[in-house]
Amino acid sequence: MLDVLKFKEPDRGKSQGKGQIKVDEVSITFGSGKDAHLAVETTSLDIKAGEFVCILGPSGCGKSTLLNAIAGYVNPTTGAVRVDGEVVEKPGPDRGMVFQQYSLLPWKTVYENVAFGPKMAGHTRTEAGSTANTFLELVGLKKFGNRYPAELSGGMQQRVGIARALANYPSVLLMDEPFGALDAQTRLMMQESLLEIWNKFGTTVVFVTHDVDEAVFLADRVLIMSAAPGRIIEDVRIDLPRPRTTDLASTPEYIKARQFCLDTIKAESRKAFEDQNA
Amino acid sequence: MDTAVKPKVVETETEAEKAPVLAVSSGDLGPKMSTPTLKITREHISSAGIVALSLTIGVLLWHFVTAINLDFYINFENVPSPLRVFTAFVAHVQTEIFWTHIYVSMRRILISYSLAVALGISIGLIMGRSRIARAFIMPYIEVIRPIPAVAWIPLAILMWPTEESSIIYITFLGALFPIVLNTLHGVEQTPEVLVRAVQSLGASRWAVFRHVVIPAALPSIAAGLAIGMGVSWFSLLAGEIISGQYGIGYFTWDAYSLINYQDIVVGMLVIGFLGTASTAAVKLITKPMLKWQERTR
Repeated sequence: MLDVLKFKEPDRGKSQGKGQIKVDEVSITFGSGKDAHLAVETTSLDIKAGEFVCILGPSGCGKSTLLNAIAGYVNPTTGAVRVDGEVVEKPGPDRGMVFQQYSLLPWKTVYENVAFGPKMAGHTRTEAGSTANTFLELVGLKKFGNRYPAELSGGMQQRVGIARALANYPSVLLMDEPFGALDAQTRLMMQESLLEIWNKFGTTVVFVTHDVDEAVFLADRVLIMSAAPGRIIEDVRIDLPRPRTTDLASTPEYIKARQFCLDTIKAESRKAFEDQNA
Repeated sequence: MDTAVKPKVVETETEAEKAPVLAVSSGDLGPKMSTPTLKITREHISSAGIVALSLTIGVLLWHFVTAINLDFYINFENVPSPLRVFTAFVAHVQTEIFWTHIYVSMRRILISYSLAVALGISIGLIMGRSRIARAFIMPYIEVIRPIPAVAWIPLAILMWPTEESSIIYITFLGALFPIVLNTLHGVEQTPEVLVRAVQSLGASRWAVFRHVVIPAALPSIAAGLAIGMGVSWFSLLAGEIISGQYGIGYFTWDAYSLINYQDIVVGMLVIGFLGTASTAAVKLITKPMLKWQERTR
């Protein structure tokens, strides 16, 4: 049998033990002079290799900006982001990115989309194809390889997006509200399968969301952000057992963690509301 | 990429989520889709019927107004009837010179259009990716674009060494602008999220250009190519009317000088037909490049 047709377990060794993120006194300002807008206030942050961290906050609080700084799309105005000791200056394949939606190349098939990264890394067609098949199989979409992205549902497209990011064996997986555009059922399913994939890979995940339930269900740590200017106001450790399934949502521990996050957000928005009216 | 699996039978949906939006009709899921079979549907036949009916009515009306020599604000007394035009056309088809006219015009179009395509797409891509290039080139495009082909004739004759080159220049210029502007527009349409996505997959600047910017611009480029082809025909005619001794535009103008009414109409209709046919050819050639769009609509 051809090598490409065989399913090979993804080689986890390549990214294991890597993916330590250090956000060091980072602040991000857009514009200058009078129009200057402080999107992220000076923030320091340590994320351990293999940790699953959710950044939780209202829209416009700068959580995506912080993620973009780790991805290298935005350069911090002050401070630096380091991944495994190296300063982040531009986007790179060591930091896989999953966007909210419509980020697959619509003119390439699903298979070509996933094979793109390995090809850019200089692998041969056969190697890249084999990797693509491995990861499409991992997300359960191998038989959709020859479809174009728009022929798939939103949830399937996001799974391709995850497969595409993982195909580079990144040490960090950055996810910007990846399930935000999906319907409730699909989102739950995607959350479970993301945890399964993460369990297999053990890459560091930084996951941005505005959904409290999503954050608590997925994360080891929830970083709660507040708006104007964006800053992390709470670092909540979620010590719920793994592997987690959706049944977790009815356990008292889950409810407690969720309530704590909600209270923090509520107190913060009340304060912001009062400040505005003062 | 060709090594991907080619399942013989479409398996039933086992996805836990909703079935995908589109179900493929045949079992062929191969990456190089077999050319889509031309399905002639009821709608095709009926719209072809409407086209035929419309043309028949048009010719009948034309025949009618010329037969009664209608002179009511618009004067049809000197307009040749369809039959006279057809007879003239049949007579011309049998002469060698008529085919020379067509051949010469087609050759001019081919040369000018090819130059316009190569240069137009390049300029458009460069302008789209470089702010400096854009600011540098745009004023020339804005000023030169509204100048009609006919207005170029005196200067073109003075500037270019041969009549042929001045005709080709005028034709080229007509096709150039729609191609440049549509390419530029297409490049500007590139979704930023796709650029970011491939950068995070390790794409170099060139790879971003090759795999994101150009494909994103292709639908718009294809539209520009089709428009450019149409414009190049009426620019060509302007060039051929004043200078030249062959060409279908020259044929038409010559018929006017000789007050040969039916030949004027023959020339006009041949131009119309050639213009339509060449635009259709451009669309046919660009179609495979936009295959992904068809399948995702």
